[in-house]
Amino acid sequence: MFDKNLRGMIDDVKDGRMDRRGFVKRMIAVGLTAPMANQILAIGGVAMAQSPNPYKPTKRGGGGPLKLLWWQGPTLLNPHFATGTKDQDGSRLFYEPLASWDVDGHLNPILAAEIPSIQNGGLSADAKTVVWKLKPGVKWHDGKPFTADDVVFNWEYASDPATAAVSSGTYSGMTVEKVDDLTIRIKFKDPTPFWANAFVGAYGCIIPKHLFAEYKGSKSREAPNNLKPVGTSPYKFVEFKPGDLIRGEINPDYHMPNRPYFDTVEMKGGGDAVSAARAVIQTGEYDFAWNIQVEDEVLLRLEKGGKGKTLYAVGGDIEFIAINFTDPNTEVDGERSSIKTKHPILSDPAVRKALALLVDRESVKKAIYGRAGRATANYLNGPEEFVSKNTKWEFSIEKASALLEQAGWKAGSDGIREKDGKKLKLLYQTSINGPRQKTQAIVKQACQKAGIDVELKSVVASVFFSSDVANPDTYSKFYADIEMFQIPMTQPDPALHMRRYHSRNVATKENKWQGQNFTRWVNKDFDAAIDAADTEIDPIKRADLYIKCNDLMWQDTVVIPVMHRLAVEACSNTVRPALSGWANQTDNLQDWYRET
Amino acid sequence: MSQYILRRLMIAIPSLLGISLVLFVVLALAPGDPFSELATNPNVPPEVQAALRAKFGLDDPIYLRYLHWLAAMAQGDWGFSFVSRIDVDTLILQRLPTTLYVVGSSQLLALLIAIPVGVYAATRPYSIFDQLANTFAFIGFSLPTFFTGILFILVFSVKLDWLPFVYTEVPGSGIKWALEMIRQAIMPVMVLGLFQAASMTRFVRSAMLDVIRLDYVTTARAKGLGQAKVIVKHVMRNAMIPVVTLVALQVPAVFGGAIVTEQIFRIPGIGSLLISSILANDTPVVMAVTFVFACLVVLFNLIADVLYGWLDPRISFR
Repeated sequence: MFDKNLRGMIDDVKDGRMDRRGFVKRMIAVGLTAPMANQILAIGGVAMAQSPNPYKPTKRGGGGPLKLLWWQGPTLLNPHFATGTKDQDGSRLFYEPLASWDVDGHLNPILAAEIPSIQNGGLSADAKTVVWKLKPGVKWHDGKPFTADDVVFNWEYASDPATAAVSSGTYSGMTVEKVDDLTIRIKFKDPTPFWANAFVGAYGCIIPKHLFAEYKGSKSREAPNNLKPVGTSPYKFVEFKPGDLIRGEINPDYHMPNRPYFDTVEMKGGGDAVSAARAVIQTGEYDFAWNIQVEDEVLLRLEKGGKGKTLYAVGGDIEFIAINFTDPNTEVDGERSSIKTKHPILSDPAVRKALALLVDRESVKKAIYGRAGRATANYLNGPEEFVSKNTKWEFSIEKASALLEQAGWKAGSDGIREKDGKKLKLLYQTSINGPRQKTQAIVKQACQKAGIDVELKSVVASVFFSSDVANPDTYSKFYADIEMFQIPMTQPDPALHMRRYHSRNVATKENKWQGQNFTRWVNKDFDAAIDAADTEIDPIKRADLYIKCNDLMWQDTVVIPVMHRLAVEACSNTVRPALSGWANQTDNLQDWYRET
Repeated sequence: MSQYILRRLMIAIPSLLGISLVLFVVLALAPGDPFSELATNPNVPPEVQAALRAKFGLDDPIYLRYLHWLAAMAQGDWGFSFVSRIDVDTLILQRLPTTLYVVGSSQLLALLIAIPVGVYAATRPYSIFDQLANTFAFIGFSLPTFFTGILFILVFSVKLDWLPFVYTEVPGSGIKWALEMIRQAIMPVMVLGLFQAASMTRFVRSAMLDVIRLDYVTTARAKGLGQAKVIVKHVMRNAMIPVVTLVALQVPAVFGGAIVTEQIFRIPGIGSLLISSILANDTPVVMAVTFVFACLVVLFNLIADVLYGWLDPRISFR
């Protein structure tokens, strides 16, 4: 009797009718321990690494409208053209990847039948091939079946340079082939331990071959379905006005049981972050607002007795100060900040260490980021297994002064330290953004007390992050001594995040400043560790290599991490979203519901 | 008359060309990159950003880009948005009805307030009514719309919870839908309308005062005509000449939208399209919106001049 019930329950978990936690709770109730309950699930065929989001509704639909407020409205709905996260979020309402990232940074199958692993034969031992099995019976919104041809087509589409797809980088260095109607095989040129980039997450969304096949390459922008998405998601497309509004309605043929909960979905764009927070938390006009980069003080005030609250998703986004290792004021072969030069002041490790001691992270957190930031000494802050425990940070003007004094930087008559006729003066640039300007002021104040003169500069974000070769104010040209901005981590793997500081990626005039190593730091040990990690298959050894990379950057003070930033969202008290710091906010939209 | 209009139109061509050249050069010289959001995304190699710039012709010399734009515009092709990857005219036409509805109603509201109040105040200068009207007019045009907009939101949405402050266009029909459309437009229309009404009231009042003192008005009164008839038939008709010009010159603004107010209330109009395109460095859209706006200004200047002659036949066209 018990056995029969148990089997039924395992099947419920498999089909998503019961969530994992519910199962474990029931097992504990009959006297089993939690790990044992998990084992039962694993033996029953529910993979361990998959932790589906808790989902309570027991039938599809009936949840009324879901109203989302994105203060920057999506401007296009083709995931392969999605320039910003707003466009990725908008496209994700209608298109789905093979798998999404859950809150812990684990893969959650969406269009895939299962997550490839060595055990199920999906992954090869040499990390060169991945076999994805697709979920059978999935239909596009227009009723056509979803097959392996669609997946293969997406690789062809994105990797064709004439398509001008933003996702082209995700699909380079590999070939994708169809094994049968529901199986595809990815072959990498080189061993790729992090194989879950293509077909996963924002740039992994799959567009239908039967509607886009004619519009591959240079005709890509003429495709009528760029504006009228036909996907596989829980919501069907109704209307799109670029920058303003997206509307969708329930997909009655959705491939997951009991999902979705809401009958319609609406994503409204425009305005600013503060009033978006207000519309969700204070007046309750909307259910969910994205990316609430607002001072914590304001949010706390709104939350008092409001209709909503703020939610925080932990990822790996890092706000940091980068140090220029080359001289921004000397021109060599028509190039400033040339790799052939050395920074006159910052090449002294004592100055870099002193600077790190002068960043008062606690004050920055208290005055600016609040609950949305965590003080850190690490450049790499997640997932857990990649986080170094060997580093520490400290704020001490006395220690910084002593360090400078020891290194021979003596205070001049104007109170500014100097050595060999060189004044300790630094130009500190960042992009225009309230919290950043305030952080600049906090750092400047501490530096002044230690005898370092800091000049502040701020550049409009669209100029700072421009790839315009003629523009002198970009972060990659780095015509300043130190600069501050945020680098997001778009997936729970450090490979892309850390690779940028490899010496082969130094930004130079020759590569039109496209090299991602804008600090121009060169370190042989770091290069060796990155190269080794790129092909290391053993996950533990690989994690150790990235921790080593992080520690090398810390020892050499290449960057001064300021804040490990969390994604901040505003959410109605009744809506239960499924969020992850490793994914776009809408990446697990099928699991959202409202508690009544 | 027709010769005059034709001549004015001919003169408009070089001035529009000049305007387009200035606009284009200024936009081309302004730094920025429509693809700057890609820069810090570790998933997107920098070559992708550079390739997109090259593909969309952002690296070509300015004169070449201008000639391309001009040739396309002459054929009715308004260009192609870098950010949305669709034609600019589609984007603009999608936004136009909302702007016409919101900004148009606010202009109408402004006229409905300004003309009666201005006229009545002018007939009784320095009375209590006039003093009050003047005070409110001064307050009205001293307060910027971004201030009154936020004040309205705080009072009517947050405190009283009467009106929504996010404007969304949901298709539908029926009385309930129409009421909802009106309800959400109340705040933005009031903010814009009251601001316009304030300065227009002052204008109407002083135009009326200029006329009301003239001898022919005294004559009309001496003939024994009633006050209402004198004011409406004799004074207003003449006083309206500068007002009509002012209104005609305001019409392009109805098409151009209201940048600040549209942004505050999230109204999907031309103004918010313009500001988001400027922030995203989407030059083709900025170029199209500003150029269309320039054309409208030139056109309505001409219309104002023609109306002048119609209202006052003493003005001749040469």
